[in-house]
Amino acid sequence: MPKTRYRKEKIIEWVMILCSMVSVLTTIGIILVLSVDTVQFFKEVPFARFITDNQWTPLFEEKHFGILPLLCGTLLTTTIAVSVAVPMGITIAVYLNEYASKNVTAIIKPLLEVLAGIPTVIYGFFALQIVTPVLQTIIPGLAGFNALSPGLIMGVMIIPYITSLSEDALRAVPNSLREASYGLGANRFQTAFRVIVPAANSGIVVSVILAISRALGETMIVAIAAGQQPRLTFNPLESVETITTYIVQVSMGDVPQDSLEYRTIFAAGITLFVFTFLLNNISFWIRKHYLQRYE
Amino acid sequence: MNKKRLIGPQSQDKIFKLFAIGCTSIGLVVLMVLLANIITKGFGRISWSFFTNLPSRHPQESGIYTALAGMTSLLVITMAVALPIGILSGIYLQEYGNRNRFARIIEVNISNLAGVPSVIYGILGLQVFVRVAGWGNSILSGAFTLALLIMPIIIVSTREAVKAVPDSLREAAFGLGATKWQVIRKIVLPASFGAILTGVILSVSRAIGETAPLIVVGALAYVPFIPEGPMDQYTSLPIQIFNWSSRPQQGFIANAAAGIIVLLLFTFILNGVAIYLRNRWYRKISG
Repeated sequence: MPKTRYRKEKIIEWVMILCSMVSVLTTIGIILVLSVDTVQFFKEVPFARFITDNQWTPLFEEKHFGILPLLCGTLLTTTIAVSVAVPMGITIAVYLNEYASKNVTAIIKPLLEVLAGIPTVIYGFFALQIVTPVLQTIIPGLAGFNALSPGLIMGVMIIPYITSLSEDALRAVPNSLREASYGLGANRFQTAFRVIVPAANSGIVVSVILAISRALGETMIVAIAAGQQPRLTFNPLESVETITTYIVQVSMGDVPQDSLEYRTIFAAGITLFVFTFLLNNISFWIRKHYLQRYE
Repeated sequence: MNKKRLIGPQSQDKIFKLFAIGCTSIGLVVLMVLLANIITKGFGRISWSFFTNLPSRHPQESGIYTALAGMTSLLVITMAVALPIGILSGIYLQEYGNRNRFARIIEVNISNLAGVPSVIYGILGLQVFVRVAGWGNSILSGAFTLALLIMPIIIVSTREAVKAVPDSLREAAFGLGATKWQVIRKIVLPASFGAILTGVILSVSRAIGETAPLIVVGALAYVPFIPEGPMDQYTSLPIQIFNWSSRPQQGFIANAAAGIIVLLLFTFILNGVAIYLRNRWYRKISG
């Protein structure tokens, strides 16, 4: 090979390596950015107060820095979303994979993709302007901003994620298992829930974990429809504030940079990051150790 | 003695089927109600002046001109940054580093990045681009933040696209004496072009809908001028919708709905093109 051509090949390879480094740098950047200001934050606010104080009022005169109310709001909306999305998402996946005809699948799958592609700010508008008023006619005590309505809509939003990941897992189960089950006289339902779903359970668990992680980090739906009141409550009818909403709220206000108030978004951000990071890595671990490979 | 079952195997199947159809319909009903409601609320506001007016205190006179202009400049810069880097790393991971340690680390890293909430990317952009780089609340800061956000999507889809190119093509080219880069440029890239394009379109569709990270890096809700350069302040269509949705006046709610119609049209067209391309491409490689 001529020397110049060899050099060109090497240069191209190094350009590609540099490009691949960008993603590593992004991760390092996220961790550094979050932790540097969080360390500053904890110099002024003791960690014990951060995790035990039951009020979060950094923007008020009397300041409290307890993450619990924000965490509680986040968990509340996530719980509502997941309890809607998991049963429905898995049911749809089983239906598409074990029951539905090819034509039905060919219609439903693109429609689910459409649902997954809708920007979340639109879901937020929908939750606040349409779902909340409808729910208020059914539940009289419902506040204008509440956890229930964005939670439900967030559930609808993550159904496509659960369905598509679970469906991949169900499809990977070999036909021989299905045929053996039918051969023993099982009906479709028994085959689906006693043979196929158990065989695909690690993939389904992964889909659920990733859905939880998405719901925790979802921002616009809750920022629009759940309100901005950090409250230590598990009552879905009240207004709550999630970690993500708080970050948006501070970003829109005029908080001076390098102030303690400004640093609160990094402390809140790292709390969210730790949760989603753990969930994502648990899902990798499950995928690596439990995923059954059928030959 | 056999216990008599409450639900026989036949009805078990039927009940589940009904339940499943119910679940599927709920998703579709939500979609239909959403569309119907937004169209009835916002369609009346859509007119030529809605596209050409600046934002205003009076809902009837407000338009999305600056939001569209901001969104366009944002997207152009975002793609100019994310496309080359994303596609080249996708190719590298699949073609060069398929087995080595570096590639494995990057792979785990990318799956992790894909799971990071978008608002966290906003915090990253706020600190790195807005403050350390000193770009302020400019289009450039917003675009770089979005570029980092969509890069994992481009990398993963490029990688999948390149993976699907059969080895026989590569081997034939190597056999003719082509170098690695020649094989990639002349054989692999043309063969995987459709699939890479699909991934790119999906990433654009993701980028135009992103709201939270842009709010964090300082996109403004009220911008009464057209940004002239990458260092100008800006607003974007989703931000404008967010701002209008949280106002109490019905007039602004109608504006938000009209903005949503425009944004949804963009997303549907992009996703539709992507799905069409993907299906066509699948047919091509499988047939």
